[in-house]
Amino acid sequence: MIPSVPRVWREIRYRYRLIGCKCTDCGAVYFPPRPLCIKCGSRKMKELKLSEDGVLINYTIIHYASREFKYQTPFIVGVVKLREGVKVLAQIVDVDLSEIKEGIEVEAVFRKLREQGEQGIIEYGLKFRPKIKPK
Amino acid sequence: MGRVVVLGVGLTKVGEHWNKSIRDLFVEAALRAVEDAGIELSDIEAVIVGNMSSGYLQGQEHLGALMSTWLGLRGVATAKVESACASGGVAFHQAFLAVASGIYDCVLVGGVEKMTDAVTEDVISALIMADDQEYVASTGITFAGLNALVYREYMRKYGVKQEEIAYFAVHDHKYARDNPYAQYPFEVSLEQVLASPLVADPIRLLESSPISDGAAAVVLCSLEKAKSIKSEGLIEVVGSAVATDILSPHEREDLTTLYATHVAAERAYKMAKVEPKDINVVEVHDAYTVLGPIHLEDLGFVKKGDGAKFVVEGNIEKDGKLPTNTFGGLKARGHPVGATGIYQIVEVVWQLRGEAGKNQVSDAEIGLAQSVGGVGSSVAVNIFRRLR
Repeated sequence: MIPSVPRVWREIRYRYRLIGCKCTDCGAVYFPPRPLCIKCGSRKMKELKLSEDGVLINYTIIHYASREFKYQTPFIVGVVKLREGVKVLAQIVDVDLSEIKEGIEVEAVFRKLREQGEQGIIEYGLKFRPKIKPK
Repeated sequence: MGRVVVLGVGLTKVGEHWNKSIRDLFVEAALRAVEDAGIELSDIEAVIVGNMSSGYLQGQEHLGALMSTWLGLRGVATAKVESACASGGVAFHQAFLAVASGIYDCVLVGGVEKMTDAVTEDVISALIMADDQEYVASTGITFAGLNALVYREYMRKYGVKQEEIAYFAVHDHKYARDNPYAQYPFEVSLEQVLASPLVADPIRLLESSPISDGAAAVVLCSLEKAKSIKSEGLIEVVGSAVATDILSPHEREDLTTLYATHVAAERAYKMAKVEPKDINVVEVHDAYTVLGPIHLEDLGFVKKGDGAKFVVEGNIEKDGKLPTNTFGGLKARGHPVGATGIYQIVEVVWQLRGEAGKNQVSDAEIGLAQSVGGVGSSVAVNIFRRLR
């Protein structure tokens, strides 16, 4: 990837805060937000702040990764179903590889995603970790 | 709509071509196709090039004009077609439309990919560009990783074991053995497949298509023009369709059915006026083993969840009910991404012409090739029939 600041900067609002959108006609929820509903074709989409917790419904452990991610291997990428029903792809962190399983409750944490080479910026965003239950 | 036939086909061997450039490969395949067609280069009116990653891997775009120049074809119409791993199948569809429309009588369509110019970690970056860069690639997931999500869901939903799914790699290697163009012309055992290292859990290395260089080309002609050149070995393109799905698989309601295959197949069957039971030979896009059974199901050959059993029971052998991947598939013939869809078509054409050598299916009349981009995000289905 060619390093780019604006490419990352313009997505910050959605990436950092989990802002998606909801179709005001059929109720479908999306992340990231988009201008048209693929379920009903409506253009009446409204921004929606999504919940920062959900359930892990599927995952894989990456053993061979691209240049940007190879120093993180092995790492887990999972599909998290948020309370609104929308599914988000994210790394699952702060968990032992042997303890990962579908069905666990997870919550969003703010983390570094990748570096744009040696001269580019560092990209940040959300990952998920097993939910820390209040004592 | 005019009738369109395949007049000539040509391939390079799939492999690691350290001493050949992307243009060397394309020209080699194209010249073989032109020779096989029995035409002159000057008969070609348009050149369509299927390719996914030349911009990223070679720093080279504008393949249409580049390849036309290297073929000495000044003035032809041309374009590069990119649809990730389906670039070849989709390029073929575009070439089919160009001839069927009546605008062109003779079109050369080829696919090419040169992956070994880059190291593995950069090829991994190139391949994940098939999905969303900002919200999927940014997680670090690889293309194998996305397919691993499909694999896990398929095993859970249908209670299928990894041994049954992984057998698809054993099948492919068995047929690559007698394919002189295959990257890995040797057999592997199920034990070897299951003992190979994990790439993206649960997918193992020997369940994954390799990193390959290669080019394949086809000359398409209007039926009228073709008849003025040859009377034998004409293969008609009777159905050709492309369909799409939501780009990122995790956003779909079901990971185990590739909706775009279903839609493209329905359209192609309808155009060809055939049903799944009429198909004699098939090439499916098994980039990872689990996709083999899934494609056979989504193309309408077998009930959902029964695909792996269908394979293990011998139904896709060359003398089985539905001979499939009879030249080694993506796993063992190899997967030079943008060329793969054209390799599949050439292999189907060889079967229908009776030129498949030791892998010949007896009396094959109708064949189907399925080319998939992303995790079922773009799918091309092309159906062929031998003309008597």
